[in-house]
Amino acid sequence: MSDLIYRVNMSNLSFSIEEVPAGWMGLGGRGLTSTIVASEVDPECHPLGPNNKMVFAPGLLSGTSASNSGRNSLGAKSPLTGGIKESNVGGTSAGIFSKLGVKALIIEGIPQDTSSFYQLHITKDNVEFIKVPELVGKNNYFVLDAMLAKYDKKVAVMSIGRPGEMCMLTSNISVKDPKGKLRSHGRGGLGAVMGSKKIKCITVDAADYKEVTIADPEKFKAASKIFTKALQENPISGEGLPAFGTNVLVNIINEAGGLPTRNFRSGTFEFAENICGETMAENIKARGGDTTHGCHAGCVIQCSQTYNDKDGKYLTSGFEYEMIWAFGANLGIKDLDLIAKIDALMDDLGLDAIETGVTLGLAVDAGILEYGDGERAYKLIAEDIANGTPLGRIIGSGAGNLGKLYGLVRVPVVKNQSIPAYEPRAIKGQGVTYVTTPMGADHTAGYAVATNILNSGGYVDPLKKEGQVELSRNLQIASAAVDSTGMCIFVAFPALDDPACLPALIDMINARFGIAITADDVMNLGKNILKTEHAFNLKAGLGNASDRIPEFMKYEKLPPHNVVWDFTNEEIDEFWNF
Amino acid sequence: MINVTVKLFAQYRENRFKVEQRVYKKGIHASEIIEELGVAKALPIGVLMVNSRHESESYILQEGDIIALFPKVGGG
Ligand code: SF4
Repeated sequence: MSDLIYRVNMSNLSFSIEEVPAGWMGLGGRGLTSTIVASEVDPECHPLGPNNKMVFAPGLLSGTSASNSGRNSLGAKSPLTGGIKESNVGGTSAGIFSKLGVKALIIEGIPQDTSSFYQLHITKDNVEFIKVPELVGKNNYFVLDAMLAKYDKKVAVMSIGRPGEMCMLTSNISVKDPKGKLRSHGRGGLGAVMGSKKIKCITVDAADYKEVTIADPEKFKAASKIFTKALQENPISGEGLPAFGTNVLVNIINEAGGLPTRNFRSGTFEFAENICGETMAENIKARGGDTTHGCHAGCVIQCSQTYNDKDGKYLTSGFEYEMIWAFGANLGIKDLDLIAKIDALMDDLGLDAIETGVTLGLAVDAGILEYGDGERAYKLIAEDIANGTPLGRIIGSGAGNLGKLYGLVRVPVVKNQSIPAYEPRAIKGQGVTYVTTPMGADHTAGYAVATNILNSGGYVDPLKKEGQVELSRNLQIASAAVDSTGMCIFVAFPALDDPACLPALIDMINARFGIAITADDVMNLGKNILKTEHAFNLKAGLGNASDRIPEFMKYEKLPPHNVVWDFTNEEIDEFWNF
Repeated sequence: MINVTVKLFAQYRENRFKVEQRVYKKGIHASEIIEELGVAKALPIGVLMVNSRHESESYILQEGDIIALFPKVGGG
């Protein structure tokens, strides 16, 4: 059985099932979503208009038994950045798409009658369009419960909350994980694109799927064993991530002076110890909960966790560094339990943690709240954003727009997307990634923190310019390729340091499809993806002048190292010479 | 003698401490402190910082230095 393209047209509520064009055959995940968006979406289209498309594509290895291969990519033109976007997520959707033989799901158009929201139910050979008035105005967990009541409990569910219905730029798309909790296609306001198409949720039937076919099962098994061993024996993926989660980063980034604090005013947070991974792990141990579980079946790293309150009652899960940084150091909240409560609320509403947290950090400069006032932050989200009050709309439109409306200068965005949890002035390689990636400020696009701070893949001094452009370029090429396999980005740690890891990954791809690609082919794939995305952005109006850091970072010294962003434009533009 | 602040992180904290003011002989290398604390026995040193800058284990400590020891950690 070969995989097929499912194409849905919301303008007339129709669908077709198509053969995979030859040019798309060897692609999956980000490689496929970016190729389809670049070839079918007009770069000048309004991202919330009828000519934008959403493209879901599981990774090349999704649905197989390969460890950590269950990531699903979603591509579109982003209403936040105005450029191309790919956002990938764990959860159960990638595996089920693959097992159903869906190589990509393309959703185009907007219904003529915009008064109703729909559920799309994807089954073998069919797409159902179901009006769901009972779900309108509800949030993600309500939708999830309704779908679990209706279908086999393994059904994949992707949904938006109220902010997505209102097409807010901070809204994301939530995906059910194996524990019945939520993961998200977080960044770039993709929830708004789904809202604009009047889709409240997408379900993918898990009742009658088949296991994916493997061309050479023996070879696959052998390669998979080596790969899994590489993940398990690496000190980061094998020990650090399972024990402390991603939040282990708070202390090391803080110690290095690169933890953006109070809207990027300092590189250290005096209450880092209150919110760090070590404290979180202690709390989990004392309160019952679990420090290790995976966001999809087949994850052997298991950086995720369940976090309870003092009375042992569930607060949240998938409690990540980015979230804890955004509301902790950046908004000045020092109470980890309160941040957990906000995390759960944001999961339910379907809000991007980074965009919302950075916007609230900036809202302090606008006089809307005070640093450290977690109760007020909670209310602004639960009441203003959720109900779409005028203030909620302003916050829900992201940091770039809030900054403009309040006449602020210190606005930490690149291509209108909020800068994540690593200070570009103090971790310069990461800064190069923020300004050059076609995604807008995004840390996962080329995680130079690994080599600037964590001594993974060598060491490049974080405070110096030398070697950073090259480092970021190499990482971005590799990440674009990894994002096509369906692998979680954390396989990068063993891949950077263990020579057995990447060849095993390539062997698995070859065994799955009966092909013979080489490491060079994989690098070329990464390069092509980046160039395709960049070309889209150039046509969308995001040229070199958008590959820039916010100006205040060029003249405002960041303590404790008292550093500024000192790259010339020519040095940055050199990035695209490959 | 010199005063040094020693900070430990992640698994290194187990049965040890988070932060301590310690007194060492002049000219002591970072490697000797690592040896004395026994932190690298189960998990090798991933990152060593002195005053928030990466240093090697041969670094010679100075009065008032803050040394931070991490096993390999990562996330993103
Ligand atoms: S390591 Fe973490 S992010 Fe990656 S697949 Fe596992 S649980 Fe998900």
